[in-house]
Amino acid sequence: MLEVANLEVVYNDVVLVLRGLSIEVRDGQIVALLGANGAGKTTSLRAITGLLDVHEGDVTKGHVNWNGSRIDDKDASHIVRAGISQVMEGRRVFAEMSVDDNLKTGAITNKSSSSEKSAYQRVMEMFPALQSRRKDSAGYLSGGEQQMLAIGRALMSNPKLLILDEPSLGLAPMLVQQIRDIIVDINKQGTSVLLIEQNASMALSIADYGYIMETGKVVMNGESSKLLGDEDVQEFYLGLRTEGGERKSFKDVKHYKRRKRWLS
Amino acid sequence: MIAALVIAQAVTPNAIDKFGNALASGIALGAIYAILALGFVIIFKATQVVNFAHGGIAAFGAYMVVYFATVLNVPGRWLSFLPFGVQWTLSAILAILVTALLGVIIERIVIRPMIGKALFAVAMITLGVDLIIRTITVDYMGNQSRGLGDPWGAGVFVFGGIRIAHTQVVTVLVAMIAVGLLAWFFRTRTGTAMRATAFDQEAAMAQGISVGKVFAIAWGIGAALAAIGGIFSSVFPRGAAGVTPFTALIAFRAFPAVIIGGLDSISGAIVGGMLVGLAEVFAASYLGSVSWLGTGFAGIVAWLLMMAVLLIKPYGIFGTEEVRRV
Ligand SMILES: Nc1ncnc2c1ncn2[C@@H]1O[C@H](COP(=O)(O)OP(=O)(O)OP(=O)(O)O)[C@@H](O)[C@H]1O
Ligand SMILES: [Mg+2]
Repeated sequence: MLEVANLEVVYNDVVLVLRGLSIEVRDGQIVALLGANGAGKTTSLRAITGLLDVHEGDVTKGHVNWNGSRIDDKDASHIVRAGISQVMEGRRVFAEMSVDDNLKTGAITNKSSSSEKSAYQRVMEMFPALQSRRKDSAGYLSGGEQQMLAIGRALMSNPKLLILDEPSLGLAPMLVQQIRDIIVDINKQGTSVLLIEQNASMALSIADYGYIMETGKVVMNGESSKLLGDEDVQEFYLGLRTEGGERKSFKDVKHYKRRKRWLS
Repeated sequence: MIAALVIAQAVTPNAIDKFGNALASGIALGAIYAILALGFVIIFKATQVVNFAHGGIAAFGAYMVVYFATVLNVPGRWLSFLPFGVQWTLSAILAILVTALLGVIIERIVIRPMIGKALFAVAMITLGVDLIIRTITVDYMGNQSRGLGDPWGAGVFVFGGIRIAHTQVVTVLVAMIAVGLLAWFFRTRTGTAMRATAFDQEAAMAQGISVGKVFAIAWGIGAALAAIGGIFSSVFPRGAAGVTPFTALIAFRAFPAVIIGGLDSISGAIVGGMLVGLAEVFAASYLGSVSWLGTGFAGIVAWLLMMAVLLIKPYGIFGTEEVRRV
């Protein structure tokens, strides 16, 4: 189980980006982490996977626990070994390297070559599109194929928890469907998933539980069905019932609601 | 018409010999530069560090051969049943390994703490490391030249008018073996991790690749290649007298090779090294008599070549544009 508790993250000693974030991913779940641009979704991912250092970021409060032990002070390699792997925002495939070599990098923490082989086979079965392109440079793949490669690469370490950062970004609706089905598939095969998305309808359609974050903290959370049914979520995250077109923040909604209550 | 005349004139037996000799020496010297440039590029590609200690490390490698082969006779003293050439080769391999270790140590104690700092500052630090290595080796080994005691001496193959030193043949062979080993290494797990780290460090970390380990290995390989370059520039005919405090300056001939090939290109290092080696030797043998150029012209031809290439290709022949931020 992944447990993020009261997490505060500061960049360059001054920019406070996460302000007491708390989320949980239980074993076997798909959990959606939703939020607009700049809400701090990627920062949360970095804090969980040991990549804050690269960005001059520090955890200043709170902690991240994985199966009961603290990991926010561990390096990225340790965390992958512990069973958490990630699909980074923007795919970040190694464009100059072949598809096979990209997958090989994902297997770097694998202890045995037999577990590497079976991971490779699983990836090839899951992504038939990659099969015929195994020797091609990743840079020559289409956007959708690169996303599949990025997911495949993350699966090569046989993770217990897979975190995906906006996997639907920039993909055509049909490909988004495909990625969605793949995530469900991965989850069925026994990997918990933390799905970071701006595409709330896609994420909530497959998630068990969802968190909505804004300016560094969770402003709403609950079962996906509950979130999907919520009026404000519908208005501001699912693009339903939008009248004005100008996008309000969730805080404004609460404020507005409070005022309404006060007036009535 | 004129060209045909020139060629007809050039194809006298004497001219062919002159050309052949220059070609052979040029290739051998080019191999040395290529090996040095390769080491430099591998360190740069993997760690983004411009290693100005490369020359000092190269000379250190040659001094280690002097030490193991001629002072300690290690491991030959325990293996006296082996032919002398094999004993020497083992000493040389040991020297290369010790130099690789030096590279790893430099990375660990000087470079690693500087990760994330300005690249310029790190480059300046390597300049300090160069000074330290050179000072210490000269303190221990003295500042007179020291022969490496290699088994080839001044032996020469003679093909009519063309003379090729045994060491030149060995240099080219060793360079080819080194390139072959590197090609193999880059396909291994660790080599793949190194290529990934060179391409996108954060994405490599996200796969669980230990970037620190990759850095250390890159420095080890870079230093080993520097040692090979240092050794072959300290034997006949380049450094007939052996290694001297000036051997470290070889790096100043290899830097242009790196820039010509492209700072971040492995194949560029090989091509650049070859070009500089050939240019230097041909300039020495064909332009040496052009008095207004002076006798030292061969020494700066590499830099002129570099400037010419940079005018046409600002990032070197195989370099990528991104490197401009360095
Ligand atoms: N390295 C950094 N240094 C300083 N500030 C940063 C850094 N990285 C991100 N930030 C800031 O932190 C805030 C949150 O960024 P983050 O990338 O975590 O948001 P996000 O929710 O992933 O957004 P997006 O949906 O656009 O990917 C933003 O205001 C961003 O400008
Ligand atoms: Mg993001």
